[in-house]
Amino acid sequence: MNENELTIRNLNAYYGGFQAISNVNMNIPAKEVTAFIGPSGCGKSTFLRTLNRMHEEIEGARVEGSIELEGQDLYAHALNPAAVRRHIGMVFQHPNPFPSMSIRDNVLSGLRFNSISCKGEAGDDIVEWALRSANLWDEVKDRLNKPGVGLSGGQQQRLCIARAIALKPEVLLMDEPCSALDPISTRAIEDLILELKQSYTIVIVTHNMQQAARISQKTAFFNLTAVGEPGHLVEMGDTEAMFSHPNMPQTKSYISGQFG
Amino acid sequence: MSLLTLNSSATKAREGKHWFARTPHEMPETEETGKTVATIESLSRRRKLRSLLMNCVVVVSACVVVIPVISIFWTALTRGIAQLSPYFLTHNMRGIVGGTYPYGGIFHAISGTVEITGVTMLICAPLGIFAAIYINEYARRSRLSRLVVSAVNIMSGIPSILAGLFAYALFSLLSGVGTINGFVGVVALAVLALPTVIKTSLEAVSRVPDTLRESALALGASRSVMIRKVVLRTALPGLVSAVILAIARIIGETAPLMIAAGIVDNTNFNLFSGRMMTLPAYIYNEYSQGLATCPTAHVASLMPCDPQIRIERAWAAALVLILLVAVFNAVGHWVARRSMAGSRHS
Repeated sequence: MNENELTIRNLNAYYGGFQAISNVNMNIPAKEVTAFIGPSGCGKSTFLRTLNRMHEEIEGARVEGSIELEGQDLYAHALNPAAVRRHIGMVFQHPNPFPSMSIRDNVLSGLRFNSISCKGEAGDDIVEWALRSANLWDEVKDRLNKPGVGLSGGQQQRLCIARAIALKPEVLLMDEPCSALDPISTRAIEDLILELKQSYTIVIVTHNMQQAARISQKTAFFNLTAVGEPGHLVEMGDTEAMFSHPNMPQTKSYISGQFG
Repeated sequence: MSLLTLNSSATKAREGKHWFARTPHEMPETEETGKTVATIESLSRRRKLRSLLMNCVVVVSACVVVIPVISIFWTALTRGIAQLSPYFLTHNMRGIVGGTYPYGGIFHAISGTVEITGVTMLICAPLGIFAAIYINEYARRSRLSRLVVSAVNIMSGIPSILAGLFAYALFSLLSGVGTINGFVGVVALAVLALPTVIKTSLEAVSRVPDTLRESALALGASRSVMIRKVVLRTALPGLVSAVILAIARIIGETAPLMIAAGIVDNTNFNLFSGRMMTLPAYIYNEYSQGLATCPTAHVASLMPCDPQIRIERAWAAALVLILLVAVFNAVGHWVARRSMAGSRHS
């Protein structure tokens, strides 16, 4: 029923001479949560980072193939990677608010980096809206000018989500956003992801298969044939189907905990 | 206690030594071969004694470190305070003869030190911080950045007298033999300050976690915006200490300034012409001349004369130098604290 937001064709990613992922083809549906699962080193994080052109920030890293967001190739020659990243936000594994900034300044940082005016009342509105969207407003509304690093780990991660959505991106990429958090904070982030999927396309990398089952509608399973070989997409499908009767035997053995 | 002894005697019977007295790979001793059987009490007494001893060593070492600091400040304070007066701070040494009144002051040395140190830092702070940014942000493993780093390491080992001779020789070539002025001193001090600024700010910039750089880029920041708004802002306290450390490094330099900026009695604000006095050079100059000459007794009764005046002036100038460093330090830390969003309250 949903149109595809991201269309990935024949994607290969390299670190220098090492190929990290080979020939991935995938459609990521709009306004749904897509989870990437797979053993360590299978390239799922690398693949996630190619989706907003963060992969190329690593020295020697390069990408082949095409990724289209609403029909526009992200790797088109004339396109500035910064513009891509404005529209495809990212949340990292470890919560990392900017330590030199207050909670308010953290939320507005993306706008300021892009010279988008957010002074005075307009800024206040954006801060409140983003923090409310990240379910953090009630906890921090009295201390917006305190440093962001003074919050708990789970609150910091929600602040990072607020910071990402303040730019109103089309897509939100999350790289194991809960792996550094306790179960209660994880629960809060998962609830938040389910709310956010109404407005954003969400792609999440996770090591936790229960988490993938709880929050995602689509699941993609990545694997690698041997250490040193590039990772590849084994299969992708509706989460329910993937977890109850996967097509490929290696998906089945990974999901049932036989390796990984 | 009785339970413990009961248990331990059972262990003793089995393996010769208590579990708490055995080291991991010790062979079990039998009752016959074991000479001394340690008890919990004796072991605990030994442990506490050793802890007390180590505590004493640590506290004494800490005190020994503090003694010279307090002693230096105390000596400068007690010996320098006598001559320290508004007159002393606002007058120079023009027309001061021997030990006779008026005793003169250090205004020319203060203005020279502030001007030369200030201009040196105006040159070195941006230069050093830009170099650190280039090395850390643009060319992490490039040949040029490795070259700069090793050049900095060699430069930081240059004896200060050589820096003075270098500046003197350079300006002798550029603008005539024997050119001595404030700016020659600035160049000499810049050679000394630059490695400190580069090394310390490189350390500050490289301590900024890469995850923050990634976050900024992922929010659509360009590289220059990321460096300006995230890297430099996060590293700011470290950059301020880089500048403070460099000031502390050069403000007490004596030998290069005596060669490059010279020694003079009158106040000179012009960096580019004429010799310029500085506090360390003043201190050395006063102290090295020893006792001042006073006229014969009957003239001295008409005009006050203090043969010790040179030494007193040297100490007073030393006290001013220490206070100047302390003020620079306080201002630097205040700036760093104020600019952090963390301490801002609304």
